[in-house]
Amino acid sequence: MSERWVTLAALAALLALPLWALAADEPFTITLATRAAILALAATGLNIALGTGGLVSLGHAAFFGIGGYAMGILASHAQTFAPLSLGPWEVPGTQSMPVIWLVAIAASALAALAIGALSLRTAGVYFIMITLAFGQMFFYFATSWRAYGGEDGLSIWVRNGFPGLNTLVPIQFFGLCFAVLLLAMLLHGRLIRAPFGLALDAARQAPARVLAVGLSPYRLQLAAFVLSGAITGLAGALYADLNRFVSPAMLSWQMSGELIVLVILGGVGRLAGPLIGAGLFVALEHWLGGATEYWHAWLGAILLAIVLFARGGIVGLLTGQGDRRG
Amino acid sequence: MSLILILEQVLNGLQAGVMLFLMAAGLTLIFGVMGLINLAHGSLYMVGAFAAAGVAAATGSFLLALVAALVAAAAAGVVVETVVMRRLYARDHLDQVLATFALILIFSELTRWAFGSFPLYLNPPDWLSGPVTLPGGIRYPVYRLALIGIGLAVGLGLWALTRRTRLGIRIRAGENDREMIAALGVDIGRLYTLVFALGAALAGLAGALVGAIQSVQVGMGEPVLILAFVVIVIGGIGSIRGAFVGALLVGLTDTLGGIFLPELFKLVTDPATATQAGASLSSMSIYILMSLVLIWRPTGLFGAKA
Repeated sequence: MSERWVTLAALAALLALPLWALAADEPFTITLATRAAILALAATGLNIALGTGGLVSLGHAAFFGIGGYAMGILASHAQTFAPLSLGPWEVPGTQSMPVIWLVAIAASALAALAIGALSLRTAGVYFIMITLAFGQMFFYFATSWRAYGGEDGLSIWVRNGFPGLNTLVPIQFFGLCFAVLLLAMLLHGRLIRAPFGLALDAARQAPARVLAVGLSPYRLQLAAFVLSGAITGLAGALYADLNRFVSPAMLSWQMSGELIVLVILGGVGRLAGPLIGAGLFVALEHWLGGATEYWHAWLGAILLAIVLFARGGIVGLLTGQGDRRG
Repeated sequence: MSLILILEQVLNGLQAGVMLFLMAAGLTLIFGVMGLINLAHGSLYMVGAFAAAGVAAATGSFLLALVAALVAAAAAGVVVETVVMRRLYARDHLDQVLATFALILIFSELTRWAFGSFPLYLNPPDWLSGPVTLPGGIRYPVYRLALIGIGLAVGLGLWALTRRTRLGIRIRAGENDREMIAALGVDIGRLYTLVFALGAALAGLAGALVGAIQSVQVGMGEPVLILAFVVIVIGGIGSIRGAFVGALLVGLTDTLGGIFLPELFKLVTDPATATQAGASLSSMSIYILMSLVLIWRPTGLFGAKA
């Protein structure tokens, strides 16, 4: 099966499931599909850094959580009508998704710029450990930040609004998340074929040669890292909106690990990898989590089997092309 | 703020630092020799702590508990190395991260299944409990002082092992050129298993020793693992000396930052804001330290040039 068909089939499956659930009146299934779409969006962000850029970031929960907190902070100020003071300025909170998304994207891109600029001075295993450490820094900062809930997190009363939609209706909110995911995947697909994506791919495989033709691997990778962080941050804002809750758990290193798991489960560097990984993850979480309290052990065993015996993930198995790295 | 308080906090920082060193030394050794990034090192720490708590509860002997921690962690290390890690040496770091992340999930869930979610308690032995009066009139817990002593002794032992013994020569040769020492007739597979078991035993020892001050519970290893990563990033990957210096720096910064930053902020702002800002900043202090070291030396204080 060619990769294009795998991608289209995965998208069609994600779209068909909630439509079936709507007809069968199973709102919880729509929520599960929404969760899968949002996690797929977060992992699509990570896939740009991890798959195309070859940057193994174990700190992407930082961007996910920053997006979540952008939503939590803006919405909580809107619901208490207390303006947000930024030094000399006073800004009102907002419950409008487009504004929240812009703030989430800007804040997580800025964080990615700072973390990336420092971490990309190194490579390989240093990069993994440093991104992990910076992720943990944001985690501890959020737990000690009592103004916004500290360890307990921050909940909001109603889901934020989007012009022309009623986001409280599950299927409408799903449609919105699906559309954002589709846009992000289109962007990633275009990026892989664009000069920037080709140069980035080359910087992963042969940095010395990229440097020799006059391009800077550092700047290419930093740009990819910022784009990657921004998309994951946007997903964080949606995820917090889905749960109407944000807490330091979104910033935890387990979250970073799970995002990597989503990408690898599906297939590294594949367009549909994050989507298939997220769908599988949510399904496993739902079925195994319902069957046994210790479902993480089974998840671990499945992961080990995939790493040791099925490199290339599900997409690699389906297309019969194995691993795309190397 | 008295001088005694400051000295006490310095001792606390040293104690935290040497325990971090036990973790970081194993990690850096495993990375240096096998080129493996092992996220599951925190699980071996947890295995040591649980083994110690279990044996201490059954026999009442703290020394037996420590022996159990060493043996259990080393055994878990040997099993993990021969079943999983061995297949990962030739893989890229992404596969190693994922496989060892999977191992964390498995270890944590199995431990939760076997021991439950409630924390266990491990008490220091009677002959190490209670305070001792140090010169200068500082009363300090004997047990924590013993931890500092054990940490320093292990550090010295590791230095002697790598610099003064035949095994140490092989380990260092393995770091430099594994094909060559394999060609010279050293069983490289066995050497790897041995190094992994040694690192695991150190992690298990740290888990048991620290378990007697804190509670023994599932997930106790990961915060320590991440601190140990910060330590070896600061010290330079592969360098035991770097791990030692980095561990002390991180231990002292973490402990002293929590005490002094709020006090420092009180000089410029009101107490409530100062406590809040100090707490936030001190939780970030070791990461700021790491960033500064990275800006100055991207491969750490004692790391080889990239």
